[in-house]
Amino acid sequence: MTPLLQVRDLARHYTLPREHLLAAAPVVPALQGVSFMLQAGHSLGVVGESGSGKSTLARLVMALEAPSAGSVCFDGQDLAALDARALRRARAGFQMVFQDPFGSLDPRQSVGRIVAEPLAAQGGTRRAEQRERAGAVLDAVGLRAADVDKYAHEFSGGQRQRIAIARALVTEPRLIVADEPVSALDVSVQAQVLNLMQDLQDRLGVTYLFISHDLAVVDLVCDEVIVLYQGRVVEQGSPETLFNAAAHPYTRALMDAVPRAAPGARRRPRAAPVPLLSAPQGCAFAPRCAWRQPACLQAPPALRVLGTGHQAACHVAEAVLAGSAHDTAESLSP
Amino acid sequence: MTSVPLLDVQDLRVTLNTPRGPAEALRGLSFTLRRGETLGLIGESGCGKSMTALALIGLLPDGARASGALRFEGRELLGQPEADWCRLRGNRLAMVFQEPMTALNPLHPIGRQIAEPLRLHKGLDARAARAEALRLLQRVQLPQAEKRLDAYPHQLSGGQRQRVVIAIALACGPDLLIADEPTTALDVTIQREVLDLIAQLVAEDGMALLLISHDLGVMAETVQRMLVMYGGQGVESGPTDAVFSQLAHPYTRGLFAARPRLGLRAQGAAQNGRRGHRLATIPGRVPELVDLPAGCGFADRCTLAQDACRAAPPPPTEVAPGHAARCIRLDAAAAPEPSGPGAGPLPSRPAMPVGDSPTTPSDEGQA
Repeated sequence: MTPLLQVRDLARHYTLPREHLLAAAPVVPALQGVSFMLQAGHSLGVVGESGSGKSTLARLVMALEAPSAGSVCFDGQDLAALDARALRRARAGFQMVFQDPFGSLDPRQSVGRIVAEPLAAQGGTRRAEQRERAGAVLDAVGLRAADVDKYAHEFSGGQRQRIAIARALVTEPRLIVADEPVSALDVSVQAQVLNLMQDLQDRLGVTYLFISHDLAVVDLVCDEVIVLYQGRVVEQGSPETLFNAAAHPYTRALMDAVPRAAPGARRRPRAAPVPLLSAPQGCAFAPRCAWRQPACLQAPPALRVLGTGHQAACHVAEAVLAGSAHDTAESLSP
Repeated sequence: MTSVPLLDVQDLRVTLNTPRGPAEALRGLSFTLRRGETLGLIGESGCGKSMTALALIGLLPDGARASGALRFEGRELLGQPEADWCRLRGNRLAMVFQEPMTALNPLHPIGRQIAEPLRLHKGLDARAARAEALRLLQRVQLPQAEKRLDAYPHQLSGGQRQRVVIAIALACGPDLLIADEPTTALDVTIQREVLDLIAQLVAEDGMALLLISHDLGVMAETVQRMLVMYGGQGVESGPTDAVFSQLAHPYTRGLFAARPRLGLRAQGAAQNGRRGHRLATIPGRVPELVDLPAGCGFADRCTLAQDACRAAPPPPTEVAPGHAARCIRLDAAAAPEPSGPGAGPLPSRPAMPVGDSPTTPSDEGQA
């Protein structure tokens, strides 16, 4: 079975303005060597901190930018190989939900026009039909079809995010790229939107590429997770594997940093900060890593298989899995 | 220890003028804070957390009317002239804002921004203020502090900017530090560092901390006491551990249950054989401040509500010494608790009986 979305060796570099007239322009590798497959009806979570390349990945998958290297194949078609007209037609198959439900909805357009805009951009549908389909998807996300004549400001944050989801659904896409879809929402509203997204997947079989910095949200919604650090995949696996037996020190650091809502959770003792070392040719995480070994500063680790469907890019993944060797960094410090 | 608390808020009410009429943003909020204590305000948007912070530093929006008592070391702050506010603000009362990018002036180097309160309140000359700014930057553990004194905010990362904002707040050695969602805009690992820093500085200086957050985890790890806010009121207050182990008020319980936690999905798969897990939601939505119900503000969303709840606002009821909740159905709310209210170890995962509406996605109500 061909995967709905196949990403191969994807890379994206950004060139910054040169600092001096004669200096070479600095290049930022925002994404490097990212590969994954996403089967129809499944959900892939992408976690990482700001600057890890999550949003760059979303923009590349949405074909809003061309990759510097590698390819994004949607339903067997390489998106970069399509001409503008074919790409426009293909866009009906993949749509996006943005983080901020206040910034992503035009305040001067009626909800009906906002939701129907992807249809209008596709062409080939009449106004009346667009309005009817907008009403139908609003109904599907738990709003009322009659809401098409209202404006975004008449809705609460959670309802606005439902409108954004309705807009993504209106072309009946097979893939929805959701970039931090619940991060701007309150806890109780976030729960409603997450439940809605899971319901829509059950009912319509949509596939999610779900980008979030919140590990618990990704754990809840996704079948598989990739962890990005400075533009590279450092670990990949099922949420059960990743969040119970993380093999990459960065994944562990992310999980340790999540505050726990439980009585007596206060002030967990934290490992002493690792002295920073710069290692331009080594592992990108080595400067912060508590498991650091001399080899980590020499060569960047490649992704390697550690178990069924579980990969990590770490020289000492076995030691991390065994949970030992936490104090080896001390022997290294100058 | 003096008998007068550092901060004494009694029946604080704030009314805002809105196009739809007067709205009560705070409806009788009361709490006290002693020197060296840490208190957390938690709640969702519109519950009045940030309005409380603004009232405390005298920056309420134009046209807002405040009543009640707001005493700082026994002195009433409400209604004092603006000049008196200016002497307190940034000096004895300091605030750390949520968004470090907008809290800093992009046109001035950070050293100058840290020096500003020192020159204003302490009368330091430029050289002394700069030296003090450097010491503060070192204290908030900004790497390469000397070099950074002349850096502009855009040259720093989000976490570094928040350290600068904290340095500005600490400049004059305040007695009360108000931190309004100080880590919401930051990554989790940076959040951890900034919270650790705040906790360390508060402990070293013996100042009081009022931490405002929507994140239950941040509360559990940072503050001694917490106040859960809903509809402009405190609905539950008590020692953090007691609030977390009892979750006495139905709203506190709902908030806790709605939070996604690692491992929920695996639980869901084990229970119903399907992937994913429906989160418990709080039915309905936060009431509009303009038309708050006469009785309990949470009654319309509460599965335990009775007619009496809607008739009159519930008074604070003591759950345990120092732990109170505004709810007249506390017995019913506590009933499903498996391990009873007796002494002994705290239950690690309290029961969550809040409305887990089964199938319809429209549990948010209509506009």
